[in-house]
Amino acid sequence: MSFKRDDALRVLIPHVAETDIVVAVYQSCFDWLVLNPRDLNYVAVGAMGQASSHGLGLALANPERRVIVLDGDGSLLMNLGSLVTVANAGVTNFYHFLSANRVYEVNGAHPLPGAETVDFAGIAAAAGYVGSRSISTLEGFSGQLPEIFAQPGPQFTGLEWSAGEDYPRDYHYIHSAEARSRFRQALARQSTD
Amino acid sequence: MVATAPSDGDAPQVAHPSGAEIIRQIKAANVREIVALPDIVTSDGLLWPISKDPEFRLTRICKEDEGVSICGAMSYNGTRAVLMMQQTGLMDSLNAIRAIGVDYELPIVMLVGLQGKEPHLLPDASASYGVRIVRPVLDAMGLSHSLIEEPQDVAHIPTAIDAAYANSRPHIFLVGRAPVVS
Repeated sequence: MSFKRDDALRVLIPHVAETDIVVAVYQSCFDWLVLNPRDLNYVAVGAMGQASSHGLGLALANPERRVIVLDGDGSLLMNLGSLVTVANAGVTNFYHFLSANRVYEVNGAHPLPGAETVDFAGIAAAAGYVGSRSISTLEGFSGQLPEIFAQPGPQFTGLEWSAGEDYPRDYHYIHSAEARSRFRQALARQSTD
Repeated sequence: MVATAPSDGDAPQVAHPSGAEIIRQIKAANVREIVALPDIVTSDGLLWPISKDPEFRLTRICKEDEGVSICGAMSYNGTRAVLMMQQTGLMDSLNAIRAIGVDYELPIVMLVGLQGKEPHLLPDASASYGVRIVRPVLDAMGLSHSLIEEPQDVAHIPTAIDAAYANSRPHIFLVGRAPVVS
């Protein structure tokens, strides 16, 4: 069973506090930017696979904030060691959500290696995340979100969802100086509030 | 065939930089975050002492490009970090440095051990292909870099780190002689 990504992101929105940092990549990022535009969206991950590492840097440098990573499965496969690095760093403010749609969605929708078999939640658990689970229904996601955020991180949640509506792929914005400046200013502004 | 530096028992003896002094200079630049993969050139003189120094937080990583992202993300609120690795990892991280350091204009400061370099030779004169290409590759990418070879070379560390953060650009220290422990 699968559920739509945009429906799930809408469910996530009320759980995101104003001070939270959200690191999002690729299609999840493009969806998120339309559904929940906010200054503390961190979109400039640069190289594929690096979302979890950017999230870790942000979590270490901003321990008073929660860092929510909306990662991609193809991306994570490029940086699986980061799961061990994150777990070892002991970042209690780190919440890792994985878009497990099993394809390289923005690169032609080719299947991942191991698309039919790889157990991302199992890998995260074995890497040492405090909590890890896989969710395949919207009701399950909605029901488990409060519990996920009530626990200390690092927490991993694999989301076996599929694409929803088409959202524009605004590559220009995510790589822009404007996006980085907007995030930096929001971080400074909220730190002094 | 892999080109490596031959052992040369007749090589001139040269002075090595002090690891303790490098650490003092890193602290003088207000760096308290170290992100690292082990490197045999800097292991005894730098990484082991840093790992036992309570003034630093050491984040051990599994692959070098992780560190580029971690340090870049830390910089958004002004947190300074130094990323340590071997030159093989530097070569492996070039795309991350290109994207995060150069395209995104972030201050990634790296301390890179030149494994296989003969202590008495400059990197460009090394018999090791992997060492010899490092500075030309960095020059081709337009990346700021400097050598730490002689004991007195450590004095420029705070200035270079300050400049990297002031200009929001990467800087790469190339450590060509193993720092001594004291």
